[in-house]
Amino acid sequence: MQTTPMLEAAHVSLRFGGVRALTDVSFAVRPGELFSIIGPNGAGKTSMVNCISGRYRPTEGSISFEGADITSLRPNARAGLGIGRTFQNLALFGHMTVLDNIMVGRHHLLKHGFLTGMVYWLGGAQKEELRHRREVEDIIDFLEIQHVRKAQAGTLSYGLRKRVELARAVALRPKLILLDEPMAGMNLEEKEDMARFIIDLNEEWGMTVIMIEHDMGVVMDISHRVMVLDFGKKIAEGAPDEVMANEHVRRAYLGEADEVLVDPDEAAPVS
Amino acid sequence: MAGISLTPCGDFRESYRADTTIFPTRLSRAFAIAAVGLACLAPLTGDRYMLSLLIQSGYLGIAALGLNVLVGFTGQISIGHAAFFGVGAFSSAFLVEHGVPVFFAIPLAGIMTTAVGMVFGLPAARLKGLYLAIATLAAQFIIEDFFARARWFTGGVAGRVTEPFSVFGFRFDTNETYFYVVLAYVVLMFVSAANLMRTRDGRALIAVRDHYLSAEMMGINLTYYRTLSFGISSFYAGIGGALYAHYLLFVSVEAFNILFSIQFLAMIIIGGLGSVMGSLMGAVFMTMLPEIVQWLADGLAGSPIDRALGLGSAVSYLREMTIGAAIVLFLIFEPDGLARRWRLIKAYWKLYPFSH
Repeated sequence: MQTTPMLEAAHVSLRFGGVRALTDVSFAVRPGELFSIIGPNGAGKTSMVNCISGRYRPTEGSISFEGADITSLRPNARAGLGIGRTFQNLALFGHMTVLDNIMVGRHHLLKHGFLTGMVYWLGGAQKEELRHRREVEDIIDFLEIQHVRKAQAGTLSYGLRKRVELARAVALRPKLILLDEPMAGMNLEEKEDMARFIIDLNEEWGMTVIMIEHDMGVVMDISHRVMVLDFGKKIAEGAPDEVMANEHVRRAYLGEADEVLVDPDEAAPVS
Repeated sequence: MAGISLTPCGDFRESYRADTTIFPTRLSRAFAIAAVGLACLAPLTGDRYMLSLLIQSGYLGIAALGLNVLVGFTGQISIGHAAFFGVGAFSSAFLVEHGVPVFFAIPLAGIMTTAVGMVFGLPAARLKGLYLAIATLAAQFIIEDFFARARWFTGGVAGRVTEPFSVFGFRFDTNETYFYVVLAYVVLMFVSAANLMRTRDGRALIAVRDHYLSAEMMGINLTYYRTLSFGISSFYAGIGGALYAHYLLFVSVEAFNILFSIQFLAMIIIGGLGSVMGSLMGAVFMTMLPEIVQWLADGLAGSPIDRALGLGSAVSYLREMTIGAAIVLFLIFEPDGLARRWRLIKAYWKLYPFSH
């Protein structure tokens, strides 16, 4: 049962001057999977997601999405392919209403530009807006944010903003959704809600999910597979319980010295 | 509170169409239509001076709206707006000189100004903040210099005389008649902008302003939208400039200096950055402010204050100073401008007398 992976990273390295954010990371995410990336702070998790979403371009290696190479594709072209993401630090459009924020997510699906937009009633822009509004309302219902749909996004509480950000990413109708710490800073109840949303997105909406998360409980409960990064290197990949049992992972989290991390190049001068 | 809802209790929207209107309630729409209707009656009062102020507010308001699209909605700065206003004025006069009827010359002038705006907008789309401010400052001086040198286009230092607006042989050459032309344009341009802001490209502009990184992730091409914003802004400036040209019937090179550009910035700061109606409020405010200063100076003539300060001779300086003071005071006390003040007043009356 060998299918084309939804996303494949091959030998991805990312360097900023002398800093190696990622070193030779390879992994593949199968369609329909809920894939988590974990690791200590500064391990390169967000860098990896930034490479996938196009914010950074890998120094070496390649990334392909549904078999097509996207390593150097412009970030704004990736929405059209079906890659959506949320950010670790809130990145909503603070002065817009929640509704407008989510409508921005529909951007690549809307066809009417400024010319037909200005004559709203003629030329079909209104019809299109209303049709998409209906879909946006479905997402609002799903994420249970009906009560704030007309509120300014910048005035909401942290947990709600995270949810609105997820709604905006879902509005893209992505095949692959990248969630960068969707539960950071939430209380238990909010985390449970968020976990439920993520499972629903994966199972009912059929989205492939790549998630970065620090809460091990959540990661172990809902992920199909987990990849562990430490100091920019992949140290383990597999089913949650396998990964948890892995000796390297335990050491990375306990901060002990580990032979996997000893880089043979490290001693040699940087070429 | 900025997030206060103005939807009255019991006003339930039963369709998305009813929920995406420009005006939040039926009453506010009725008021807006009544205001336009009332404005139509303004020429009947016969106060030609008041009419001339309203006409000025109109074309300045259109140009200010253009600047607001760029500065308020997209978050790009421009200190060269008056130059684009000038391009619109000269383009229209130039086209009329070459046999284009004024009726068509005004929109064509808008398109020509858009073209000029794009030339400056393309590099500007890659700059941000202070660097962009300097780039647009350069545009201001380059275009001003062009006006002074391109005699074929502007008539050089002598300026260019042009014709009044006319359609089917009817000439709109008095304040009473031209007022309707400006009013029609104001309604058209402001409704267009309000429509723009509730559709895809308008939201994209605001997204670029609020968080360009996540805008990019939503599939928004930053360069395209920054350039588009420059284009729309120049188009509005061009229309405003063309209306100005066919009102004064004479366009001179010196009019479009940097001080005028700063006045446009003042209009949108006072009116409200990122507010469509605020642009018009700001333009009205800036047109009326010198009049109020003059009126105060006249009222105080002969009084001890006048004798102490010499108001009569200093009134032109006083005008400039009040404009500066108004900008500073608005920035400190009401950074969201008159548009927000207006919202607060509406909210107050909606809740009156139980405002808590």
